[in-house]
Amino acid sequence: MTTSAASTFLVVGERTNITGSPKFAKALKAGEWDACLAIAKQQVESGANIIDINVDEALIEGEPTMVKFLNLIAAEPDITRVPVMIDSSKWTVLEAGLQCLQGKGIVNSISLKDGETEFLRRARLIRRYGAAAVVMAFDEQGQAATRDEKVRICTRAYRLLVDVAGFPPEDIIFDPNILTVATGIEEHNNYAVDFIEATRIIKATLPHAKVSGGLSNVSFSFRGNNPVREAIHTAFLYHAIKAGMDMAIVNAGMLGNYDEIEPELRQLVEDVILNKHPDATEKLIVKADAIKAELDAAKAGGAVAAAAPVDAWRNDTVEARLSHSLVKGIDTYVEQDTEECRQKYPRPLDIIEGPLMDGMRVVGDLFGAGKMFLPQVVKSARVMKRAVAYLTPFMEAEKARAAAAGEATRAQGKFLIATVKGDVHDIGKNIVGVVLACNNYEVVDLGVMVSCDKILAEAKRIGADVIGLSGLITPSLDEMVHVAKEMKRQGFTVPLLVGGATTSPAHTAVKVAPEYPHGVVHVLDASRVVNVVSALLSPAQKPAFMAEVSAKQEKSREEFAARRNKRTLLSLADARARAPRFDWAATDIPKPSFLGTQVFRNATVRELLDREFIDWSPFFSAWELHGRYPDILTDEVVGVEATKLHHDALALFERIIAENRFQPSAILTFWPANSIGDSIEIYTDETRAQVLHTFHFLRQQLEHDGGKPNLCLADYIAPKSSGRADYLGQFAVTAGPGVETFSHEFKAAGDDYNAILVQALGDRIAEAMAEFFHKKERDLSGFGLTENLSPSDIIREKYRSIRPAPGYPACPDHRHKPQIWTLVPVENEIGIRLTESCAMYPASSVSGFYFNHPESKYFAVGKLGKDQVADYAARTGEPVSETERWLGPYLDYNPA
Amino acid sequence: MSAPAAHSFALTEHPSFAALRELFARRIAVLDGAMGSMVQTYGLTEADFRGTQFKDFPHDLKGNNDLLCITKPSVIEEIHAAYFAAGADIVETNSFSATTIGMADYHLEHIVTELNHAAVACALRAARAAEAATPARRCFVAGAIGPLNRTLSMSPDVNRPDFRAVTWEQVVTAYTQQIRALIAAGVDALLVETIFDTLNAKAALFAIEGVFEEIGQRLPVMISVTITDASGRTLSGQTTEAFYNSIRHAKPFSVGINCALGGRAMRPYIEELARIADCYVTCYPNAGLPNAFGGYDESPADMAAIQREFATSGLVNMVGGCCGSTPPHIKAIADTVRGLPPRQPSLIPTALRLSGLEPLTA
Repeated sequence: MTTSAASTFLVVGERTNITGSPKFAKALKAGEWDACLAIAKQQVESGANIIDINVDEALIEGEPTMVKFLNLIAAEPDITRVPVMIDSSKWTVLEAGLQCLQGKGIVNSISLKDGETEFLRRARLIRRYGAAAVVMAFDEQGQAATRDEKVRICTRAYRLLVDVAGFPPEDIIFDPNILTVATGIEEHNNYAVDFIEATRIIKATLPHAKVSGGLSNVSFSFRGNNPVREAIHTAFLYHAIKAGMDMAIVNAGMLGNYDEIEPELRQLVEDVILNKHPDATEKLIVKADAIKAELDAAKAGGAVAAAAPVDAWRNDTVEARLSHSLVKGIDTYVEQDTEECRQKYPRPLDIIEGPLMDGMRVVGDLFGAGKMFLPQVVKSARVMKRAVAYLTPFMEAEKARAAAAGEATRAQGKFLIATVKGDVHDIGKNIVGVVLACNNYEVVDLGVMVSCDKILAEAKRIGADVIGLSGLITPSLDEMVHVAKEMKRQGFTVPLLVGGATTSPAHTAVKVAPEYPHGVVHVLDASRVVNVVSALLSPAQKPAFMAEVSAKQEKSREEFAARRNKRTLLSLADARARAPRFDWAATDIPKPSFLGTQVFRNATVRELLDREFIDWSPFFSAWELHGRYPDILTDEVVGVEATKLHHDALALFERIIAENRFQPSAILTFWPANSIGDSIEIYTDETRAQVLHTFHFLRQQLEHDGGKPNLCLADYIAPKSSGRADYLGQFAVTAGPGVETFSHEFKAAGDDYNAILVQALGDRIAEAMAEFFHKKERDLSGFGLTENLSPSDIIREKYRSIRPAPGYPACPDHRHKPQIWTLVPVENEIGIRLTESCAMYPASSVSGFYFNHPESKYFAVGKLGKDQVADYAARTGEPVSETERWLGPYLDYNPA
Repeated sequence: MSAPAAHSFALTEHPSFAALRELFARRIAVLDGAMGSMVQTYGLTEADFRGTQFKDFPHDLKGNNDLLCITKPSVIEEIHAAYFAAGADIVETNSFSATTIGMADYHLEHIVTELNHAAVACALRAARAAEAATPARRCFVAGAIGPLNRTLSMSPDVNRPDFRAVTWEQVVTAYTQQIRALIAAGVDALLVETIFDTLNAKAALFAIEGVFEEIGQRLPVMISVTITDASGRTLSGQTTEAFYNSIRHAKPFSVGINCALGGRAMRPYIEELARIADCYVTCYPNAGLPNAFGGYDESPADMAAIQREFATSGLVNMVGGCCGSTPPHIKAIADTVRGLPPRQPSLIPTALRLSGLEPLTA
């Protein structure tokens, strides 16, 4: 499945349905219960979320057979782990089955076929037994075939169930009848469209109800031709899921991937399903006959039938096969092919430098040309790593022989990379490491929070050819400057690369490059790093490259100086005079429903996913796929890769949920608060007699056009002089320590792709938690209860209230975090600790303030004048020099 | 988001609904402690169990604690009274095994209705006396419905995994008789407890719904499961959430965990219930795990400290004790949770919540 809707799509295994599985029918009729159980077990292992059990057969006595089989599977934890769908056309069989289920299962099915009275009686009984129900689109007149009939009957059934029988709407699963298409009868041509469109309307108009269907019917015309049937099923599901179909009864082991259907076949199948033109059926039949003939011929020739066209590339030379595996990221055959090469090539290194590097060069070229995307490159790297890991023992043996003979070896270049002291973010750093490793650089990754001393000592020890520094939070910029100074002092001559979200060409040019004379280069993203490193390590290219970099940096420094001279800031007094004026007597100030602290450990990844609190767009940017979700999934250029990546992410989320890998938790706190100038006092209690702590904030000093006010966060809290009781909220949320643990497991297994994916998902969960608890905060403050916003409106922050985070533009001082930590037991309760640079660890965490003022909005403080920095230092009681260090990137002047 | 839906239409609510809701909304309620350990302290003999009523009964009756409601009602009433005096808001009737299936071991199937009537009468007398002693105090009686010694989802014969020692119809019939008697005698609520096989519990809930329809009225239904091992599963193999999904259709007043594990080992599952339950959450553990002598070691202070932590963490709406707990335990528990705020029922998103041994939400 590759659609986003598929994330919650449920597969109901059909192999234990006597009408859907000849094998099961045979075993059941013969009383071979072990064989029946094996089929059930295989269904669950192939991924069925629910198993459908149907024993309707003329020669079998339904009730005792259903009871016996259900009792048998009750003793098999591997099967009975999943819910059961009891499937029969006889009510007595369904009821006998219900008396055997300790779990909450599904009855398949009831309908209005026998009239309203019987329908309601059965529905009430199902409710008493505690099951959900599949409701067929049947009524007293028969089966619904057209869209409108399906919708009419389902709507009537829904109203009866919900309004008359008190049946919970979420326990209703409609089966609006999947009927056979491509029968040659013209009126059947629109059956699939009828189902898909009915599904869309049912999902939109009958709240909480689900839609299911038996899939095999749709392709019945092509029985005996499994490749075509599978293609029809896959394409049908693709469209039905997009319309809102929640589950289907299918063979769990035989679901294809929409993107992998052979394009011509896919087109023909889609034309039939979507009833695109009158001769669609005719054309598909011609194609189906051809496929059938091919299959028969292959069978007759003794070849492995179905696999033949798919695996044609396996007939190529071993070099071409390796290249194919690398480019496509397939790791199935890599060890086998590498071994074949080893027999062929004199030395293991020849294989790495020959076919493997050739393959990676193709990957690099495609990536450079924008024809491959980062997730694919990382998958290719995984294949490369597998091959290299396979060869390593052979190379070690060879090296041992060489060393014995007194020879030396050297890789293309050694690259040392680290996230600087105080910073814990390493997704980008890991990606850079992988990309370089793919290009045969020896990458030594020192990890996160690495001190300058350690970086430089290691660089000397290993003889690094390039040093790379990464950082995400603003204090890391200073640390990078520090490393550059130390490199100069210690006499280094190798180039220094800097990168990471907080870095910029301008900062590198103005602050870092002047400190180190042997080349400081800013790398915008991982796709650029290979070019930069290869240029720096090539004696021929390096001079010209560095000259170009230096020229750009000089220009950047000039521009910076010019800008600073041109733009004058308002004095702090003038800026304060332009603070917004609120009519405090008339301002709605919500009182939170509690004061003090509450800890929440009850959010789950599942809930965050289900309730669409995940903001996916930044997830794709982390992988250098740019565009807004969900449009990015269908983007002309990156759509296919974005879809695959999203699919992988959703699958990994399922694993994270199943294995309970993340432990999202949150802490919220509200204090009585009032502002005094640009500071906010919080009080121990509602009497507001005793000040517990004072938070100091910064004000915009840049003059705005049109008389727009100069903002400071303190403006959003009622001044003490207003006499109004106001409140300040604070929060911290985290995806939990499991993110790092899980990521390390993948890394240890050589799977960088999933290691990075886990971290990226951890970040998404932390952000989703921030959004989720901001919603909770608004609810607790009252006004959120009536806001009525869709999930996408919430992600776009179309609500009242803001949650600025320390270190971000509205309150750039990271030192607010330790202040919050002393007031709120963040570390003790939910385990987030702060580094010396005030980065949060685990990195997948968010913390900040809540401001509920009706006019509160996010803003950037921007550049700060010397007067404000001095004033702020005095208010916080810290030395000016210390304050300047923390606010470095925001200073409008060069500190002494 | 959906609040627990309103009950279906035709039936009225028993007046105890409002009174219990008021109690649970206001504070953490307190349930009583063990009956069995208290009965043991009286050192009753076979003759005591027989009383005058069963003097010449041809089978042994010692150990049939439920029977004491008829033959030694003063002892049962005294124990209930001691729990009310310790601070319990609710006591459970001494009717854990009072079904035809439970009484078959003693050949006493024929007295089940009388037995349940007597059990309720003992508890009600203690309740009215406690209320009279303290003006404005409200004391509740919950009809205890135990798990049965025959199970619907497990075979007693390892060689015949599909065999069942009892049928759904038999279980529903047995429970129906007990439930009719408990309600007729005047209980304020029904407590289906010590559930180790969810299918038995579902049969009890099915029976309860049937009796409600007969009498045209609903009583609060409290449900309490037993997690039997450290992996967090019921004896029949379900996880906590899977269990909750299996019984949620009964619109329980509360759901909780009691018995087997002591409070400390129970915590993760209480926390799980607190997270997922859109009704009240209850907890009445044993006084620790059984020691080498089959006794229980947790002192009143130990037990109270564990439940206090549950309360301060916002996990529970009702606390109390199971095996090994005594009136001093209940007093310590009642004292320690006094003034602590009750848990707020979770608002869980409307979804199709299925289960096998594990939950599946769609």
